[in-house]
Amino acid sequence: MIPACRLADLPRGEAHRLDIDPPVSVFHTDDGELYAIDDTCTHQDASLADGWLEGCEVECPLHASKFDLRTGAVDAPPAKLPVRTHEVLVEDGMIFVRLSTEAPNLPPCVAARLAGGPA
Amino acid sequence: MRTVAVVGASLAGLSAARSLRKRGYEGRLVVIGDEPHRPYDRPPLSKEFLAGTLGEADLALERDDEDLQAEWVLGPRATALDPTERAIRLADGRTVRADGVVLATGAAARTLPGTDGLAGVHTLRTLDDARALRDELARGGRLVVIGGGFIGAEVASTANALGLDVTVVEAAPTPLAGPLGADMGAVVSALHADHGVRLVCGVGVKGLSGERRVDAVLLEDGRTIPADIVVVGVGATPCVDWLHGSGLALDNGVTCGADGRTTLAGVVAVGDCANWYDPRTGTHRRIEHWTGALERPDAAVATLLAHGACEPGVPRPPYFWSDQYGVKIQFVGHAAGADTVTVEEGSLAERSFLAVYRRAGTPVAALGMNQPRLFTRWRKQLAATS
Repeated sequence: MIPACRLADLPRGEAHRLDIDPPVSVFHTDDGELYAIDDTCTHQDASLADGWLEGCEVECPLHASKFDLRTGAVDAPPAKLPVRTHEVLVEDGMIFVRLSTEAPNLPPCVAARLAGGPA
Repeated sequence: MRTVAVVGASLAGLSAARSLRKRGYEGRLVVIGDEPHRPYDRPPLSKEFLAGTLGEADLALERDDEDLQAEWVLGPRATALDPTERAIRLADGRTVRADGVVLATGAAARTLPGTDGLAGVHTLRTLDDARALRDELARGGRLVVIGGGFIGAEVASTANALGLDVTVVEAAPTPLAGPLGADMGAVVSALHADHGVRLVCGVGVKGLSGERRVDAVLLEDGRTIPADIVVVGVGATPCVDWLHGSGLALDNGVTCGADGRTTLAGVVAVGDCANWYDPRTGTHRRIEHWTGALERPDAAVATLLAHGACEPGVPRPPYFWSDQYGVKIQFVGHAAGADTVTVEEGSLAERSFLAVYRRAGTPVAALGMNQPRLFTRWRKQLAATS
């Protein structure tokens, strides 16, 4: 489990990005739910933590792809592949993330960079 | 409703088809497109696809596991709409009768008169256009882009990165003054000079020279710019000629409401071919943004399925993006009505800033360069307040 931040430091409507590789973000919805998904849009390199959080959906800040925070599913294109979802736990006011063991769906440019190739 | 025909198989048409199924429509769904391809994403055509870093399979808009249970009629162009029996006539002689029709025929790239058949002259709208241009750019040479709008600027940026010698010619004194206003149009189009691309403004194009293949662009002021490849990026016209005689009100596209409702019952219009009434501005607007083609069809489908008996909501302020020379440019709202533009964050010189347009003190638009986080906050705020 990875500590993310204190619950008190993550207001509703905000997101907190964990700078791990690949990055993961925790979203605190307006309804008070917490969700963690991969931070990188599966379409192109953009941080979903910078996106538009509305209900249980986040819209990529660049090209308007939408992802369901509960399932990671794509709700709107141009993205076609889901983001991974991660388990969120809160203990003693601290938010923790248990990372998914699945392989992430990273956009082509990021996948190439992680593989050591040209970006 | 037993049959719905969606005329147009690009983003607006696909979004309409998806909305129909999502909203529980289980009847026959016919999607008609005049290109042979399944729906594909156009924005990369001037960027990653042209640069060769994205392939055709990457452009597909449909997911692998997606099945809309639609009949796809791809290739023949729609030639007429018979309003009495709501029948769509196709160029191959077929007729599709429908209870509901979604018009999503988009727009076509404007061309320069008298340049038909001259090799080396391109427009960029379709996948086939992009394939042809990509193959030519790969051979290198001197590129002249006619039109300093977003498509022209993106092509210039991509070609510059590919190593071509690039000149952009713009008839107006400042490129992008329409969508961004003159001040910010100048700021964004300064990216060309930053990267060694020549920008020639305030002079029209008289014509092209060349026998079989273009060899130069002739300007109104007498100058000649040698060219191996010319890209004409001078806007697009709505594909609505086929609707003359249908009884639909046509004026710079299909005249319709924010929810796509037209002057004919059972017919709605979406995407680039729709000139829709925007309650935010109190005027009809035909907006060619990708996000409009994505978002507005849902309202149009709701109207169609409810036989017009639903109140149109207020759509989000129009949003578009452009990627040029590695800079992410984002714009939301309406620049035309603004009386001031102020830089709220960052610096123009560093090409990283957020500027807000205001009318009588009220924010009406925002422009970001390499500021996606801050820009999205403003986009959200403008949707809530404007």
